[in-house]
Amino acid sequence: MAEATSQSNRQHWLLSLPAVVMFLGLLVVPLALTAILSFNAFDSTRGPLDEYTLSNYIEVFTDSYYYDLFARTALMSLGVTAICILVGVPETIILSRMRPAWQGAFFVIILGPLLISVVVRTLGWSILLGREGFINTTLLSIGLSDAPLQLMFSMAGVVIVLTHVMLPFMVISVWSTLQKLDPQIAYAARSLGAGPLTAFRRIVLPQLLPGILSGAIIVFTLSASAFATPALIGGRRVKVVTTAVYDEFLSSLNWPLGATVAVLLLIGIVLVVVGSNRIIERKFKQVFA
Amino acid sequence: MTKLSIRGLSKTYAGNVQAVRKVDLEVESGEFLSLLGSSGCGKTTTLQMVAGFVSPSAGSVLVDGEDITYAAPEKRDMGIVFQSYALFPHMSVSQNVGFGLEMRKVKRPELEQRVSEALSMVRLTGLGNRYPSELSGGQRQRVAIARVLAIRPRVLLLDEPMSNLDAKLRGEMHVELRALQRRLGITTILVTHDQVEAMTMSDRIAVMANGVIAELGTPQQIYDHPTSEFAFKFLGHANVVEGEVVSADNGQTAVQVGAAIVPARTETVQIGHKTKLFVRPERLRLCSTEQGSIQGKVVTKLFLGGIWFYEIDSTVGKLRLTVTNAGTAQPQEGQAVGITWNDGDMQYVSSEAAHG
Amino acid sequence: MSNRSMGKNGPVSLIFHTLFTAFIVAPLIVIILVSFSDKGYISMPFGGASLRWYQAMLDAPELMGAIWLSIWLGLGAALLATAVSVPAAIAIARYRFIGRDAFTALLLSPLMMPHVVLGVAFLRFFSLMGWTGSFLALLLVHALIVVPYSLRLTLGAIIGLERDAELAARSLGASRWISFRRILLPLILPGVAGGFVLAFIQSFDEVTMTVFVATPGTTTLPVALYHRVALLTDPVTTSVSTVMIVGTMVLMFILDRVVGLDKVLIGKK
Ligand SMILES: Nc1ncnc2c1ncn2[C@@H]1O[C@H](COP(=O)(O)OP(=O)(O)O)[C@@H](O)[C@H]1O
Ligand SMILES: [Mg+2]
Repeated sequence: MAEATSQSNRQHWLLSLPAVVMFLGLLVVPLALTAILSFNAFDSTRGPLDEYTLSNYIEVFTDSYYYDLFARTALMSLGVTAICILVGVPETIILSRMRPAWQGAFFVIILGPLLISVVVRTLGWSILLGREGFINTTLLSIGLSDAPLQLMFSMAGVVIVLTHVMLPFMVISVWSTLQKLDPQIAYAARSLGAGPLTAFRRIVLPQLLPGILSGAIIVFTLSASAFATPALIGGRRVKVVTTAVYDEFLSSLNWPLGATVAVLLLIGIVLVVVGSNRIIERKFKQVFA
Repeated sequence: MTKLSIRGLSKTYAGNVQAVRKVDLEVESGEFLSLLGSSGCGKTTTLQMVAGFVSPSAGSVLVDGEDITYAAPEKRDMGIVFQSYALFPHMSVSQNVGFGLEMRKVKRPELEQRVSEALSMVRLTGLGNRYPSELSGGQRQRVAIARVLAIRPRVLLLDEPMSNLDAKLRGEMHVELRALQRRLGITTILVTHDQVEAMTMSDRIAVMANGVIAELGTPQQIYDHPTSEFAFKFLGHANVVEGEVVSADNGQTAVQVGAAIVPARTETVQIGHKTKLFVRPERLRLCSTEQGSIQGKVVTKLFLGGIWFYEIDSTVGKLRLTVTNAGTAQPQEGQAVGITWNDGDMQYVSSEAAHG
Repeated sequence: MSNRSMGKNGPVSLIFHTLFTAFIVAPLIVIILVSFSDKGYISMPFGGASLRWYQAMLDAPELMGAIWLSIWLGLGAALLATAVSVPAAIAIARYRFIGRDAFTALLLSPLMMPHVVLGVAFLRFFSLMGWTGSFLALLLVHALIVVPYSLRLTLGAIIGLERDAELAARSLGASRWISFRRILLPLILPGVAGGFVLAFIQSFDEVTMTVFVATPGTTTLPVALYHRVALLTDPVTTSVSTVMIVGTMVLMFILDRVVGLDKVLIGKK
């Protein structure tokens, strides 16, 4: 129980003080500064000015370049999310049916890459996806295609690699829900006359839905925030929000505009998370209270 | 020789939960007192205020007249045994038992001697090098007891210490712990929801309900002559019969129940008024219909080994009673029977709680 | 735990599973293979294997510098994050106070925040504070973004623990501090240590935020690798990557020993 002991009324303040100081000083302040920066005017010769203006936001909201940018990012993330659901859910179910020893081994193989730097994983893919990469040479040599596929610097390549990066999150999320399932429920359905497919579709899948949805939220937001993969695989041809922010900051040096795009990305992601959590709660609260 | 006084002790948790309300208790030196009550009635909170883990909203705790209400737990010299035993899993049995002595800066040879003394008190000699995970539930509990006995606490506090033991072991521990407490003469408070436990071990029992003490007395007093309807019903089964006051004289009233006139001390002294009387199942006797003060029919008859259990549909309502299994023939289900009892066994108790 | 209620895996499932696993490990296998090639370009080592790209890595001072910088950065950040998270976790798990949920959410918020946004924010912050290029500043913000990892594992360890043992120690005469040091800390040590290792890994791997604030003097290994890969894929990137993969595997093994990988990866209590 969390009831305090006799003299503990101030104890928790002492314990949380270092963290509060750290997070206020190093997170809240920098974020606030970024928000302010997004309202700074910018002059291409003189850099950021001390005047405040809405012009950065107006530019982002009126320029179709930014509209395309955000739309492309959202579509890319949606695509990755859809593939992760289609591939990750069946795989998790297959994993759940394995014997514990195999299960443990494959968990390490499937989830382990999470701990390996995303740059490394992306590098591996860029070797695989290049015009003379192993995928194209294989496809050509077995005659499945007659010209090399353009995978590097294409949206398809970015989606493939992001899927690879995000799949473990979907597996984790579905797995956690699967663990809470009472295996006897499926037995009950079977004994009531449902075939294995019906039992799965009518009984198991609905119960997995919250896990799938929360996995989808994670995958979507992480895809929209991903930087190294779209930067290295997509390059200049497949610009997304994060790489655009990077360019504004480190190439064009238009910091206020970059800050504006970054702030909008953060707001967008917060809205997606809060919004979908609302929906999940409303839909599943009664059932999975 | 330690006397513990609890005066007006109250605890209101955040969210206005009045867990304990103005509890007064005097625990005499060497006395074994139980706080008995159902889950959530405030027993643990009371005990933790005594131990110093919860700070009271009002009231005070005194040990031998010294106010320790706000003393830090480590300054109180009290030994507490938790329901979970709360053994330190990363320390051996000896290290567990020696921890309190170590905190008191007791030096090596004496420390070891007192540890083995405590272990032998709970009959665990030789298990000092084991770790808690290598012990059975009963042994763990003994370690928890040895751990507090080693510091020779002024007061021993037990929070449902037996509830994780199986029934047989629990019964043995009741007897053993009681004997140990007697021998050492430690002032003890036991918190329990188990009536049998409270009855077998205690000098006195305080029945708690809704954060107040509803009944206080020796086990026999509170069982045989509780002062409230609540206590009568809480401690064992209560048969409730309705009677009518037929005479009232000098505080002594007579109540007619069936064919019987029952002497009782009721609050209603007006002749003709209805009143409720209470009687324990084991105080009712079966007899022939003619001899009975009440007549009825056996609805249920159950064999419970040492006793027979009966449910009778009687002229004054449903009654439960028990008959010792002495090997003699007993009435069957459906048979008409009479019921009788001794004067004084059927009693009036106030429907008001004694306190609160 | 095996959950066989949905039947057994048929041949289709096994084929699917094999393809899935191949998809997951393919890029890593390719990197490891290429790193042993003896050619001057990206190629498989079957035509001829060598360790020349490992030698090339050792001979590249900027890579070796980045490796050491990342190691020290990771250790420092993990240490600081642990020092902050342990008391915070105790406050969250052991006390009820107003703002406790908000406090917890704040400490976990870096998990949800796009690292690009953090990179932008720190870049701006550092340039205003004159901290650009400071190792210490980089260490502070790395510590900040890995706090959630160390907090989660520490919290998991404390929440699973009955408070009774600490109370018993207090009642036996231990002060608050002694009961923390002798009872609580030893019992949560696996969680704390696991949190430390995980925090180190996360700091060591971080690229998106760091790429914004790194200067030539504070280039971490992933950032150095990123810049190299962005320019051209030369085989030395694969030997560096192989070292990172093997290093991570060693740390995973340690994590598994200390807390269990399932706790780290799945977050089981
Ligand atoms: N830390 C706490 N915060 C709020 N309410 C509490 C706390 N501890 C106990 N309570 C409440 O106080 C009442 C008494 O609890 P407790 O003393 O544990 O009862 P018992 O030990 O008799 O089962 C219960 O209603 C319980 O819910
Ligand atoms: Mg209790």
